[in-house]
Amino acid sequence: MKYPLKYPLTIAAIALAALMPLADAAALDESGDPLASARWSDIQKQYFADAPLVFDPRVKVLAPSTAENPMQVPLTVDASALPGVVEVVVVADFNPITQVLRFYPEAAPAFLGFRLKLQQSSPVRAAARTRDGVWHVGGTWVNTVGGGCTAPSAGGASRDWQTHLNEVSGRQWSEGPNAGRIRMRIVHPMDTGLVAGTPAFFLEEINVTDVNGKRLMRVQPYEPVSENPVFTLNRGVDDGEVLTSGRDNNGNVFKARIAQ
Amino acid sequence: MKRLISLFVIAVLVLLAGSPLIGAADFDYHLVARPLAGDVYAFIGKTEDFDTDNGGNIVNTAFIVAPQGVIVIDSGPSLRYGRQMRQAIAAITDKPVAMVINTQHHPDHFLGNQAFADVPIAALAETRNGIAADGNAFAENLYRMSGDWMKGTEVQLPTRTLTEGRFDVAGRKLRLVALDGHTGADLVIVDEASGVIFSGDLVFNGRAPTTPHADVAHWLAALDQLEALTRDRGFRLLLPGHGAPATDAAPIRQTRAWLTWLTATMRDSAKAGLDMNDVLAQPLPPEFATLPVAAAEYRRSVGHLFPAAEREALGAGR
Repeated sequence: MKYPLKYPLTIAAIALAALMPLADAAALDESGDPLASARWSDIQKQYFADAPLVFDPRVKVLAPSTAENPMQVPLTVDASALPGVVEVVVVADFNPITQVLRFYPEAAPAFLGFRLKLQQSSPVRAAARTRDGVWHVGGTWVNTVGGGCTAPSAGGASRDWQTHLNEVSGRQWSEGPNAGRIRMRIVHPMDTGLVAGTPAFFLEEINVTDVNGKRLMRVQPYEPVSENPVFTLNRGVDDGEVLTSGRDNNGNVFKARIAQ
Repeated sequence: MKRLISLFVIAVLVLLAGSPLIGAADFDYHLVARPLAGDVYAFIGKTEDFDTDNGGNIVNTAFIVAPQGVIVIDSGPSLRYGRQMRQAIAAITDKPVAMVINTQHHPDHFLGNQAFADVPIAALAETRNGIAADGNAFAENLYRMSGDWMKGTEVQLPTRTLTEGRFDVAGRKLRLVALDGHTGADLVIVDEASGVIFSGDLVFNGRAPTTPHADVAHWLAALDQLEALTRDRGFRLLLPGHGAPATDAAPIRQTRAWLTWLTATMRDSAKAGLDMNDVLAQPLPPEFATLPVAAAEYRRSVGHLFPAAEREALGAGR
């Protein structure tokens, strides 16, 4: 008995599942959710209604299985193996605000890295809608101590962020294994509105275009995106500086150039 | 068939529940004082992370049997630990405990304070502030990680402030060196009579260092000062915060090598355009991969240290 506590707990969980009425257990099976989340059927109704939906391994969602900091959980969504993606929505089943972010890949592939806040351990999913209207869903479980959505933003403790609000810093890589990559950081508290006395205050639109005005991607972050968000895009081709612009839910706008 | 299986599982569960193997047994840390040098002893913890098997006994604590009483250095991760530590000290000496010193504000170093509430508990000013600010959150986290071993544990704040320099206590002359880098305040104690240096968590031996409150540049500077202390004529033995005692500066060099590699990895990864998930996925070099808890501490450290490296690498934008 090397693990005197953990082992019986697992058995207890199995026993509990076995005690469920058979009809419920069957319903859980039929939901088809590979992450076996009790929230999945609600999430599906809320976000996808009756639209056709498949669980698809081509939608890769990468996150650490155990996240050290629930306020900064790294997430990489890569649906670039799936042709014809027009929209991707990222959802965390057990967050008080389940909708994390949407992005619309245009000239750039359907790839986006960023960080999010988790209130408790939860499945984190990405659903990619292809031109034919089908949602392709991938996801992973993230374990965390939690509290990420109801803890005040670190920057909120100082007044410093106000003078730097919406400042963008970024870089592109034109050689090496990450050639064609864009990374950008925006100073913003990304307040969820779940901390007493601090209203929701978050970036809600970010556009990335090339110098000719061709849009690479549009991103719609929601409250659960981490403070001072950092985004990783793969541009694929190496084609001059990019322009980024956007605004938050209070109407503060930003514009910046990211040199090559 | 399903019902038969569930009946069987329930039967197994009932049998296990009746067995004495369930749970963390008797919550006995089996603390045995290990003589370090002369009248200085240590309780050497495991080179693991907190869990419900070890109950948080992952830290080194120590005591000095001084002429007028016992000086306790760090009190461990829980009330139970503090009490058992006090009993184990009483098995070595009849002298009363004169003072407890907390070397820093991480929970495995002060959550046994409750067992010593009747004696002065001393720490650097910054450590006192840290315990007051973060102590309850730390304790909560340890309840989550160590489970029932923590029963009854509450934060007992230090009652005295220490400052750098000579410090006479219970008839013993100590030298206090106030450093920082592992946390905002890391106390090093030099016991000149025995030649023992208590480094606290500035030094990890044979275990990957932890970095939740680290300022690595300060930490590296502190390690240089510590290494200089080991070159003093009177030096006999170094007790790290975690891992085996050493008669030389090898654990200092090991800690420095890990921190130097870690910061270079963060900086180079950010410069190369890696995302945090890319950084987490990188394999550890062989010389560090074999250290106990290396993979877990690397993962935690990426969370603590990569955002700053990233900010620096992306700083060129407008």
